[in-house]
Amino acid sequence: MRSRAVPANRFNGHRDLGVGIGLRIPHYDHILDRKPAVGWFEIISENFMVDGGRPLEILDKILEQYTVVQHGVSMYFGSSGRLNREHLKKLKRLIRRTRTPWISDHLCWGSVDGRYTHDLLPMPYTRAAAKLAAAKIRQARDFLEVPVAVENVSSYAEFHASEMTEWEFLAEVTGRADCGILLDVNNIYVSAFNHGFDPKTYVDHVPMERVAQIHIAGHSRHRKYILDTHDHPVIDPVWELYARAVARCGPTPTLLEWDAHIPSFDEVHREALKANQFV
Amino acid sequence: MRPKRQTAAELRSLQRLMARAVMRPLTSAAQMRPRWIDGSSTARVAAKFIKPGPRLSSFDRLEIYNRQYWFRVFECLADDYPGVRTLLGETQFRNLAVAYLANHPSTRFTLRDLGHSFPAFIRAEPRWTDPRTALAADMARLEWSHIEAFDKETMPPLAAADLSERDPSKLRLQLQPHVTLLRLGWPLDEYLIALSEHTRLRGEASHAMAPSHPEHGSRKVALPQPGTVHLAVHRHQNIVFYKRLTAAQLELLIHLQKGRPLERALRALGAKSTGAEIRDWFDDWARLGWFWIKPVAPGKLPARKQ
Repeated sequence: MRSRAVPANRFNGHRDLGVGIGLRIPHYDHILDRKPAVGWFEIISENFMVDGGRPLEILDKILEQYTVVQHGVSMYFGSSGRLNREHLKKLKRLIRRTRTPWISDHLCWGSVDGRYTHDLLPMPYTRAAAKLAAAKIRQARDFLEVPVAVENVSSYAEFHASEMTEWEFLAEVTGRADCGILLDVNNIYVSAFNHGFDPKTYVDHVPMERVAQIHIAGHSRHRKYILDTHDHPVIDPVWELYARAVARCGPTPTLLEWDAHIPSFDEVHREALKANQFV
Repeated sequence: MRPKRQTAAELRSLQRLMARAVMRPLTSAAQMRPRWIDGSSTARVAAKFIKPGPRLSSFDRLEIYNRQYWFRVFECLADDYPGVRTLLGETQFRNLAVAYLANHPSTRFTLRDLGHSFPAFIRAEPRWTDPRTALAADMARLEWSHIEAFDKETMPPLAAADLSERDPSKLRLQLQPHVTLLRLGWPLDEYLIALSEHTRLRGEASHAMAPSHPEHGSRKVALPQPGTVHLAVHRHQNIVFYKRLTAAQLELLIHLQKGRPLERALRALGAKSTGAEIRDWFDDWARLGWFWIKPVAPGKLPARKQ
């Protein structure tokens, strides 16, 4: 277990950034005009992996004032094909621009035979899949020359082929790759409901010394399942999981995701700052 | 009994099977198709590789991904082509979008390029847009050029003063990657601007995170009357503009875009414009930063005018 006195580690560039929020378009004007005191912003890398124009102009203005950490959605470490070289090159160009202390993407797959689903599809929890994902994480990190953390995804399906639990799989992959974890406690809650496991058991088995960052978010509850929609405040049971994780790993850079029906900047920021109650 | 250890080949097969299921078009009721590709039960296929959950069957669980996929790619295409959507109406646009996406699934890591082949698809498959194929195809070209103008690269621009110093017989001016030249059969630039003012259709092209929906009433903008329009879609100070051109201006710029030396491009224009007019054009275009020249290797510098 990581000492509570050591809030940062080699997987987050030894940066104790505190609480941040996702950089989203409806908040651009507020941030640039009022320059609110925010610990850091997380950007979706793919939104800025463009050749020019307003996205990069905005990003450069944000970078003048704030630390930015990159979070990706389409590296697909778990896809059975090779890493996409074009993607990696564009990502590295962006990393040089942002000087992100670490990058993250998801422990999932989403493309096969050159076709992209643009979804975060769950892995079968097998040794073959762990070996493949770990090798690709190592390749990406070697090319990008920045620490890499992988995020546990929320899921709605499990495979007969699985040979272990999701938390065992997460530990297996990150151990083989010697990489960080972006622990999404909302995703744990969503998957626990959808698959019928105890989310506390998951949190208790995460190798906390690898946790580089924590995600918190809201979700949408349907009658028979929960969808990970990032369009609501964080519910109390998810805060309880957050508190449980922080109790094990110490204060860790924490990020609130709010991606749909986005309220005012101040409302999102207030929700994110609740995390400080648990540190 | 412990499950058999999965091999790398089995992992690939599993991903192929799931991707196939996820990317299959939905039924008209936006549900997963009950029959698999070979006519067998989709529920039976799903049950072979997906575990049932505490409250959902294997079919139900797979269907969540199937629906999410289609909602996502449809929303992305609709965000990129609000004008085509308005011209065709909801049902015809949806049928067109599904046909397009089934034939052109994303092959890039970014959704930015999802609609790249949409204009060509509209022309190649007129049955989806009949009787407005030409109108929809022009609108799609205009809307794709807007996306290109939004985030394509800007090369170091050439100033107007630099132009006069170069030998026009050898000078090959390049147009900025974000500039698209269009000849349209309708004044769709005005129509699209009126639509966006009316419905706030377009925020920031594919960069938008929040879904947008044409509001009820976007059809209130009158359909344009036919009439040829020459247009450059470009970016200036990071804002996308539609700049009207004359036929002669468009012709000249097309010659330059094809890589012809300036003198040859001007000769091709003939006596359609005076020297003073042409100088004004170039001053204007250079002020907008439209031109750049490819750097040449040392020792191969283009000759300057004596």
